[in-house]
Amino acid sequence: MDDMNVTAIIMFLIFISATLLITYWAAKRTKSASQYYAAGGGITGFQNGLAIAGDYMSAASFLGISALVFASGFDGLIYSIGFLVGWPVILFLIAERLRNLGKYTFADVASYRLKQRPIRLLSACGTLAVILLYLIAQMVGAGKLIQILFGLPYEIAVVLVGILMVIYVSVGGMLATTWVQIIKACLLLFGATVMAFLVLKNLDFSVNNMFSQAVSIHDNGIAIMAPGTLVTDPVSAISLGLALMFGTAGLPHILMRFFTVPDAKQARRSVFFATGFIGYFYILTFVIGFGAIVFISTNPEFMDETGALLGGNNMSAVHLSKAMGGDILLGFISAVAFATILAVVSGLTLAGAAAVSHDLYASCIKKGQAKEETEVMVSRIATICLGVMAIMLGILFEQQNIAFMVGLAFAIAASANFPVLFFSMFWEKTTTRGAMIGGWIGLISAVTLVILGPIVWVDILGNAKAIFPYKYPALFSMSAGMFFVYVISVLDKSKAAEEEREAFGDQFVRSMTGVGIETSSH
Amino acid sequence: MSKQHYEHIRNNKNFQDLVARRSKLSWTLAALILIVYYSFILVIAFSPDLFGIPISDDSTITWGIIIGIAIILFTFVITGIYVHKANTSFDQILKTVVDASHEHVNSQDSNESDRGDK
Repeated sequence: MDDMNVTAIIMFLIFISATLLITYWAAKRTKSASQYYAAGGGITGFQNGLAIAGDYMSAASFLGISALVFASGFDGLIYSIGFLVGWPVILFLIAERLRNLGKYTFADVASYRLKQRPIRLLSACGTLAVILLYLIAQMVGAGKLIQILFGLPYEIAVVLVGILMVIYVSVGGMLATTWVQIIKACLLLFGATVMAFLVLKNLDFSVNNMFSQAVSIHDNGIAIMAPGTLVTDPVSAISLGLALMFGTAGLPHILMRFFTVPDAKQARRSVFFATGFIGYFYILTFVIGFGAIVFISTNPEFMDETGALLGGNNMSAVHLSKAMGGDILLGFISAVAFATILAVVSGLTLAGAAAVSHDLYASCIKKGQAKEETEVMVSRIATICLGVMAIMLGILFEQQNIAFMVGLAFAIAASANFPVLFFSMFWEKTTTRGAMIGGWIGLISAVTLVILGPIVWVDILGNAKAIFPYKYPALFSMSAGMFFVYVISVLDKSKAAEEEREAFGDQFVRSMTGVGIETSSH
Repeated sequence: MSKQHYEHIRNNKNFQDLVARRSKLSWTLAALILIVYYSFILVIAFSPDLFGIPISDDSTITWGIIIGIAIILFTFVITGIYVHKANTSFDQILKTVVDASHEHVNSQDSNESDRGDK
């Protein structure tokens, strides 16, 4: 894309101006800690559903899943379904208890009746690990995408994303972050709908026609209609499934969204709408991926000399927008892709900053005695630090293979965050010692197994053979985490453990009813 | 203050019934989605050819795609069922339970203040 796309730049500038106006509006309404971290609990279930869907529909999932469908057809659907089925689990087991027990971060819930400092320290480390890995992946993706779409140099693109996200989060808090996310979710759903519609329209609205043409064009032929090479052995299949399903239930930036709604009723509605939007979106990306096979894989306009797609497979959705709707749709989709990155990194940064200020600063360092204004100030400073780190790491990792990072983030979320959260809410006998040791074992084993696995040990470090043979560690690290939470809790005969078990009764009633929630959130 | 509420609610028969019914529903639905998802994954791992069978002789569409899309729709429907049930009938029972605990605690408080007057 040599000539800069004027439509893209105009639409992008409109988006930036609108979101900065929202940030200004939100800043005036953001005074207390509750407003800063949780938008004062005033978001409705429908709005939060859109915002959650926005957090989940990152540029990586829009461009990445349509690219996966473009490259291997059916396999893209396996990924989409894995990402989606975590949502009912969150609804049935997590959402209402989380809302009824917590205030700003999921560590509030995990440490509800356990010792504050060790559990919050663990949760904050789990949060920061997930957030940083995710942020690096998004920043590198953003830099490369913007480079291709707008012709900006990589470093400038990364710095621009970093600065805008720091402004949204530090000035406008959760209220601004949520609205940026909602607007972006609407734009993305609209853009993807238009593309899928145009694909089908050009094929006389015959789905069968789309598949048969794709099969006749694609190098793999009929194989794209069945499972391919994504999942080969059962251990990897189950392990990937666990990471996707339970990792979602341990992602700090997603869990934090449940504190922005007023009660459990709205928390449940959030998941319902989020599941609907995300599911619809994945069906669209499936159509878009197949549309790309039909309309752009034979079009020389989108090829380089070797016959590969310009800008790589990740650009298939972007090229398709040009093939379907010309420069106007291309401009729109490019602007939406950029907006998507901005919105997702903002949500991530806010969750990371909250872990620093609410869990590390206010609870671990100040032992719950921090002034509210100071805590919010610490959070704003943490946002700026995270922004600077994200920019530096984004530049540092430009040439690195970052494909493992989101997978590792999900593995940590499933192995460290989820077991602690789950056991503390569901199992009376959980003690601080059990949760702490199990959580750390889950975290450390997830990281270690990824480093020793084929992606890092062989592909990145260049060793001949992986020490740990599987790409996805969740089956082992999550089981280890849960096993140790259980065993250590059972063996814990201390006096503190007795008190923690006794406190479960009251916690249970509150988690089921929300009674007591009025006094703790104001 | 909340302590008394918790005590009263915990001993309320209606609350115990509600919790039992709600967790039965949520665990059943959770088991259902796990079974559906892992059946899907295990077919992919052990006999992927099964998903490559076309739905009819003159169609390119395979069972894998139909089942995949059906799982996406199922995910949405199953969350809808739970949310509907929890937000209407369960929440209604919950409201009476919580109201009863407020009444109970308030009457205790006023009894105490009555005694204090005399």
